Amino acid sequence: MTVTPANQLEERTPDPKGAGPTAITSNSPTALAFARFRKDKKSWVALVVVVVYISAGIAAPFLVMFGVLDPQTANQDLLNANTLPAGDFWGISWTHPLGVEPGVGRDVLSRIWLGITYSLAVSLAAAFIAVFVGVALGIIAGFAGGWTDAIIGRVIDLVLAFPQTLLLLAAAPVGLAILTEQLHVPDGALAQGMFVVLVLGLFGWTGTARLIRGQVLSLREREFVDAARLFGASRRRIWFKELLPNLWAPVLVTFTLYMPAFISAEAALAYLGVSVRPPTPTLGNVLKDSIQYASGDFLYFFAPAFMIALIVVSFNLLGDGLRDALDPKGDR
Amino acid sequence: MRRAIIGIILLLALSLLTFVLFFSSGVDVTRFACGKNCTPEKRATTEKALGYDKPTVVQWTDFLQGVVVGRDYPDDPELQRESPEIVTHCPAPCFGFSQVNAKTVNSLIAEAAPVSISLAMVAVFLWVLFGVLFGLIAAVRKGTWIDRGIVGATLVVYAFPTFFIGIFLLKYVAIKWQLLPFPQYVTIADGGVGEWFVNLLLPATTLALFYLAGYVRITRAFVLESLSEDYIRTATAKGLAPRKVLFKHALRAALTPLVTMIGLDLASLLGGAIITETVFSYHGLGALALRANVSYDLPVLIGLLLLAGAFVILANIVVDVLYAYIDPRVRLD
Repeated sequence: MTVTPANQLEERTPDPKGAGPTAITSNSPTALAFARFRKDKKSWVALVVVVVYISAGIAAPFLVMFGVLDPQTANQDLLNANTLPAGDFWGISWTHPLGVEPGVGRDVLSRIWLGITYSLAVSLAAAFIAVFVGVALGIIAGFAGGWTDAIIGRVIDLVLAFPQTLLLLAAAPVGLAILTEQLHVPDGALAQGMFVVLVLGLFGWTGTARLIRGQVLSLREREFVDAARLFGASRRRIWFKELLPNLWAPVLVTFTLYMPAFISAEAALAYLGVSVRPPTPTLGNVLKDSIQYASGDFLYFFAPAFMIALIVVSFNLLGDGLRDALDPKGDR
Repeated sequence: MRRAIIGIILLLALSLLTFVLFFSSGVDVTRFACGKNCTPEKRATTEKALGYDKPTVVQWTDFLQGVVVGRDYPDDPELQRESPEIVTHCPAPCFGFSQVNAKTVNSLIAEAAPVSISLAMVAVFLWVLFGVLFGLIAAVRKGTWIDRGIVGATLVVYAFPTFFIGIFLLKYVAIKWQLLPFPQYVTIADGGVGEWFVNLLLPATTLALFYLAGYVRITRAFVLESLSEDYIRTATAKGLAPRKVLFKHALRAALTPLVTMIGLDLASLLGGAIITETVFSYHGLGALALRANVSYDLPVLIGLLLLAGAFVILANIVVDVLYAYIDPRVRLD
């Protein structure tokens, strides 16, 4: 069930294609939001970029399987005596559109492309964890109030007071040991990936929890919650069946904004050596490898950074666009 | 007062959590501290000297005692009698003793802190100055290409990873194009304020570029909001110069959120900017943390974690108190 806030009722606009100013259609808030989003060109471009990245990310493992992308073969024959790519323009060719890596000689496009898959997978999983924990605790804190609220509030303070990067660094050997030895996750990219997902997710939920708590505080005073309570609905039913459906808009927006934050965070962690490690490529560790050749091979240095920046900007613009469309009051 | 008490409780919880996390981890902490030619006996001695043979909670209370009244290393009276020459006194507030460096954690932090503090100060100066300036310009020129350009450019710069920006500035601006000298940390005492500032410019710019976008957005949003308020119209109507209206009345609305952001961002930077310090080889707190992590130097890591946590908690309190001064409507309870 979706509640129409009073301020949105007034926003019903005449159908532009209608017979005239008298043709007034009644639009649901969702339809209104969609109409607002449709007018926002910037968000459309961002959405297209995001869709392209996600499709590319899904396609990459199959392309590797069929041999179209080859992120591991070392093409030593394409390097010159200084182990830089031979030829003009950083060794660009039809078979290697972004050239090959200096030193090793792997195809750069393949590594970046498959890196998108791994980076998106890690960010997506971490965003799910962060949103899940944040929404659950936010609803509980907002609805229960009192001591429960106070305790959750202090836990949030505690998590925020932890210097994240430092803790991640320090906890990496311990976390990996627990994952491989006690939970029997096979050592390697999977365990490293799971560690990154867990730490990003378990440190990232605080913002969502605060946001959802605030929303719940206002929602719980509404009549439909009283009605449900009068019907004798259980607390869990009120939390997850009555309140949660009214929270999808902020949840969608935060989820979209978690993605760029986590893609950037993965890159930062890769630089410090605690993300997924090569030879499995992520956008972060491809960039980490490439910065050694910052002055020798500009294309190799710039390409992974550009791919990170493009998706981060796009997800941010998409998140802002969604927020503007779903919450026209909050013009920030 | 209530805030201060909550802050102290938070710090205690933080330190206990840190101890449990590190010492129940099962990673052999004495291996690194003991050195290369480690025999089981030697390891036991090391363990005893560092107090690692005691239960975690006892180690934690020992640590707290060290913070309040100071302590001696090694702690064990037997070991102190055997070899009095290695006993180091660590005065209060003592954050531990790093066996790897054979120094107290306090002295290690004291060596590294000026670098991190200098870096943070210059970075904050840069991003607040340019963030507020660009935010104001964008708000005044709302909807024009200047506005879109400022907001877009800062977002794009923010989207590039910090270490990429840092390496780019280092390899291209400093080395290839030689626009600025190769940055090396120079203390004010050695080179004067000018040298100190110029050398900090590149790493501080790296940090500032990351934070800039957020400050532009906040300034722009709050100034825009206040520009449509009645008191702005009143100020303009009574003939106040447009510049005065903008700086004295419109910008005032952005002051509260800006102070919050500055306080929290500065606090997190004071704990050490790990990536930027690593890129530019500055030996600040962040670089110290990275080195401590590589050698698994637990006392240093714990000390740094708590220091950084304390900065964040303190900043929260300071920001709350500042509110009351900035905005007379806010009252401290």
